[in-house]
Amino acid sequence: MPTFVRTEKCDGCKGQDKTACMYICPHDLMLLDKDGSKTGHAMKAFNQEPEQCWECYSCVKICPQNAIEVRHYADIVPLGASVQPLRGTDSIMWTIKFRNGTMKRFKFPIRTTAEGSANPYGGKPAANMAEIEDHSTLFTHGTHPGDKGQFLNS
Amino acid sequence: MADTFEFGNPEIIEEEVDILIIGGGMAACGAAFEVMRWTEGTGLKVKLVDKAAMDRSGAVAQGLSAINTYIGDNDPADYVRYVRNDLMGIVREDLIYDVGRHVDDSVHNFEEWGLPIWKQAGDEDKKLTAGGKPVRSGKWQIMINGESYKWIVAEAAKKALGMQNVQERVFIVRMVTDKNDPTRVAGAAGFSVRDHKLYVYKFKCCLLACGGAVNVFRPRSIGEGVGRAWYPVWNAGSTYAMAAESGAEMTMMENRFVPARFKDGYGPVGAWFLLFKAQVRNGAGEDYNAIHGAELKDTKRFGKYGQGVPGTCLRNHIMINEMKEGRGPIMMDTPAAMAKLAEKMTPKEVKHLEAEAWEDFLDMTISQCGVWAGENIEPDKQPSEIMPTEPYLLGSHSGCAGIWVSGPTDIPGTPKEWSWGYNRMTTVKGLFTAGDGVGASGHKFSSGSHAEGRIAAKAMVKFALDNKGWKPELARSVADLVEEIYRPVKTFLQHKDYTTAIDVNPHYITPKMLQFRLQKIMDEYCAGVSTWYQTNGKMLEMCETKLEMIKEDSLKMRAKDLHELLRAWENYHRIITAECHMKHIQFREETRYPGFYYRTDHNYIDDENWKCFVNSHYDRDTKKWALKKVPYVQLIKD
Repeated sequence: MPTFVRTEKCDGCKGQDKTACMYICPHDLMLLDKDGSKTGHAMKAFNQEPEQCWECYSCVKICPQNAIEVRHYADIVPLGASVQPLRGTDSIMWTIKFRNGTMKRFKFPIRTTAEGSANPYGGKPAANMAEIEDHSTLFTHGTHPGDKGQFLNS
Repeated sequence: MADTFEFGNPEIIEEEVDILIIGGGMAACGAAFEVMRWTEGTGLKVKLVDKAAMDRSGAVAQGLSAINTYIGDNDPADYVRYVRNDLMGIVREDLIYDVGRHVDDSVHNFEEWGLPIWKQAGDEDKKLTAGGKPVRSGKWQIMINGESYKWIVAEAAKKALGMQNVQERVFIVRMVTDKNDPTRVAGAAGFSVRDHKLYVYKFKCCLLACGGAVNVFRPRSIGEGVGRAWYPVWNAGSTYAMAAESGAEMTMMENRFVPARFKDGYGPVGAWFLLFKAQVRNGAGEDYNAIHGAELKDTKRFGKYGQGVPGTCLRNHIMINEMKEGRGPIMMDTPAAMAKLAEKMTPKEVKHLEAEAWEDFLDMTISQCGVWAGENIEPDKQPSEIMPTEPYLLGSHSGCAGIWVSGPTDIPGTPKEWSWGYNRMTTVKGLFTAGDGVGASGHKFSSGSHAEGRIAAKAMVKFALDNKGWKPELARSVADLVEEIYRPVKTFLQHKDYTTAIDVNPHYITPKMLQFRLQKIMDEYCAGVSTWYQTNGKMLEMCETKLEMIKEDSLKMRAKDLHELLRAWENYHRIITAECHMKHIQFREETRYPGFYYRTDHNYIDDENWKCFVNSHYDRDTKKWALKKVPYVQLIKD
């Protein structure tokens, strides 16, 4: 199910240096065809290596124009179905269209806090350098107590 | 006038830090979180380098529907027992216990940062730390709404580091040893996949955490579906190859994972088995486990391992036999499972159950929804086919391939040779690893990899402080590194006009064809799917010869652009990883993991001779591997 980019929707992220899909693809697949020499469509992105696509949907979810969709792996899946998300800041909506026309819609939460609000050290203790060689703890002191009697050599 | 940097003539960027984190997945994010707290006020400089973008890099890029390691009310010792049993008795219990005691704290942080964790009725608004009871799909697994799992964990990691200390889209391909001490690592080099820049880092120590190895074997799908690997297709064995080539001792590289998953889409089966209690049947509709499961009681073949709860490989074995005997396809009876659950439910609850079933895929294997939608499969109406995949090498999921590391010093009964100073340091000074990198300790999964990254990070700070006055000096010149790393580009530019079609040229091989060749060799000689995971001494000998030639030919890979240079180096790493895997299988003259692979010339578990670790060492100069047995020691009671 490699990704494809809808010609009329992609705006090349408005001529910025890199597109959102290029930024996010974990496998370096999405490429902006600046002069159209590769696809015939200048300033639009495309998947340069479809058979390496994991279908992780990272580019589909991040595209500001909703220009990226997925056509199921042609060597595996019969034609006609689609699975398309709309990812918001706190939830994701999925629309699944079956080959026979059956439709299913699902909405799931994706995070409980505002985007960008994760505070790694808020309310956490500073590291205690006296403990740096103590393997029984990390800086947060959240070690599971455990029953020490479980060791053969306890 | 300034030089013009272009393809084939990269700008060289040299940088010195104290601690370099190589990779951006769960282990690297855990390391980032822990390391910046311990370096406060020390003046130590830290940098993280990722070949992708941290928001969606590593194995959790797509998301997950469960956290597979959360100890909770269980005991970490019991977690060790479960891992030991599943991995057929040979594991480093010190390392597993260490992950077990620290893993919950990582999960608690994920929840605080915003990861939605399912709770039992009545506890919906209670955090785990406030006593909220999670929804368990198994003894160790908890259910989550995990579409943004990696995004959230990366957000905290990036904030901890500061974006000025994060370098994305740089692929580190080569570790460099110290000029004055060949047993010590002093630097690493790689290239940008975006700009014509080559990076050379010097450091006191580094965390090598670039995941496991995928697409080493020919996959079942060979068209577009090649990308639909079960584990992420971008995991290229970089961790194993770079460690082995810098002289680190490897361990249990004979181990592999062959997951039985929904066919073609490789969607997860865990929730279906554990949460929805679905049954699997053969083509005749028989409960083949009930009919043939007792075969595992044969102690001559399976030792004591078929007596209790069979490990994952043994369950595979029964399924594979069924298919080999012509009694497939193996079907999961999803309609019966859902109907049974629905018996005591209101229509609203049934609808919720259906959503949960779909979310299990949508959170982590969206392709499987594509397969179902394309084939008009609704799980409440039609069963789905299950199939064992091609082999994968990894150390964090249900496998334990990886690098031999120093463990914690406070676990009772641990042999003293298992800890040589710094937790999660390899046998190469200054080279640390975590997650898929650490061998002989599987079943960490996402949360355990994060916790292990934290464990390693703390030890790296201690290492860097102990070596504060030490200056890294590279054993190789920058010019030499540039020549090696950009060789595929030079090869292409030098020979591209010899033929009219750029992909067919006697002077070079494309990374894609080299990958096909590697996959064919491994599949046909090293127990891939085409031989039903079977090999023997003679086949391995053939494999060895062919791998030696492909290794030679890897020097003739071409790169027509930076993207292909990325693929060239990924495939080089795959070759070294494949060779290590093959050598280990060759050395271990028994079948330790029936259902994952079979040595047909030693087709039984042999505890008397082989209940031990197999460790290997690679000499980069002579290109020879040396293998040895290392005694297993039990630390946790039966």
